[in-house]
Amino acid sequence: MSEGDAQGRLVRPFALTGGRTRPSRADFTLITTVTAVDPPPERAPRGQPEHARILRLCARPVAVAELAALLDLPVSVVVILLSDLLEAGRITARAPHPVSRTVADLDLLKKVREGLGRL
Amino acid sequence: MAGSETAAGAAPDVVKILVAGGFGVGKTTLVGSVSEIAPLRTEEPLTLAGLDVDDLAGIEEKRSTTVALDFGRITVGDDLVLYLFGTPGQQRFWFMWNDLAIGALGAVVLLDVRRPQSSFAAIDFFERRGIPFVVAANGFHGEHPYPPEEIREALALPDEVRVLLCDARERTSSRDVLIALVDQLIAAAAE
Ligand SMILES: Nc1nc2c(ncn2[C@@H]2O[C@H](COP(=O)(O)OP(=O)(O)OP(=O)(O)O)[C@@H](O)[C@H]2O)c(=O)[nH]1
Ligand SMILES: [Mg+2]
Repeated sequence: MSEGDAQGRLVRPFALTGGRTRPSRADFTLITTVTAVDPPPERAPRGQPEHARILRLCARPVAVAELAALLDLPVSVVVILLSDLLEAGRITARAPHPVSRTVADLDLLKKVREGLGRL
Repeated sequence: MAGSETAAGAAPDVVKILVAGGFGVGKTTLVGSVSEIAPLRTEEPLTLAGLDVDDLAGIEEKRSTTVALDFGRITVGDDLVLYLFGTPGQQRFWFMWNDLAIGALGAVVLLDVRRPQSSFAAIDFFERRGIPFVVAANGFHGEHPYPPEEIREALALPDEVRVLLCDARERTSSRDVLIALVDQLIAAAAE
């Protein structure tokens, strides 16, 4: 790989997110599930092409990590784009199942166990 | 926050399990053999801010570096999805696991018995943070020179940590490793 490539990779995500390097919302983890709002809200602002790509990819629920892999972009960049879409009301986000180290969720564990047993 | 509860449509409930262990022990292989999708990879630039000086030993000369995470997915119910995350094998990136470990049900530590030291950091990490884990010896070439009890003793693992032998290339074997972890979690919860 040439040096130009390496630099291009560094610069591109930065340009994509308009120079912001931090997500504006902390709502997204690797396994937060995002879903496009269908139909889109009226007067939804026109986004960048990457916004449109994300909306197509999350027509059905998809996890943030999967989106990043599909888009071939770092998670941190995808989170910023998702923050834009969330603020514009174009996606919904579902947080992962909360896991407590002190109170185990027996029902959840049994569900996971049954699912694995079926594999 | 608006958006986190409402109209998520058919969004499933999501949980995760980490697959850790030293360099080249078979983490990606295990994730791939049991995942319903080809393992995906995401690259994350490392943020060096907020880390102790010790954490940076060995990478300070690099201006930027990335960490690659492998992951797979298993639909375990109509509305429940399990993600598996293979942690970066390079030991110097262990601090990445802090973020990854948040919200994990537990972890699988893979072990290559020919060089068990390479998985010590992972075991220490989960032990120190009280994150439940099982240890699975991945038998390269299908060879298992040591029985689980010997491995447990050699690693000074407490009784509640399950130790098993596996072949990370085999779907059913990898599944059984995950089942052992969940059974261990259920046993602990039922106490
Ligand atoms: N013979 C044999 N080879 C295996 C087995 N498991 C993994 N391998 C091979 O060992 C190599 C390393 O496996 P990976 O799954 O990439 O290991 P990893 O832990 O993800 O490695 P890093 O992410 O680089 O730390 C690959 O070439 C695998 O094909 C096994 O059970 N038997
Ligand atoms: Mg790997």
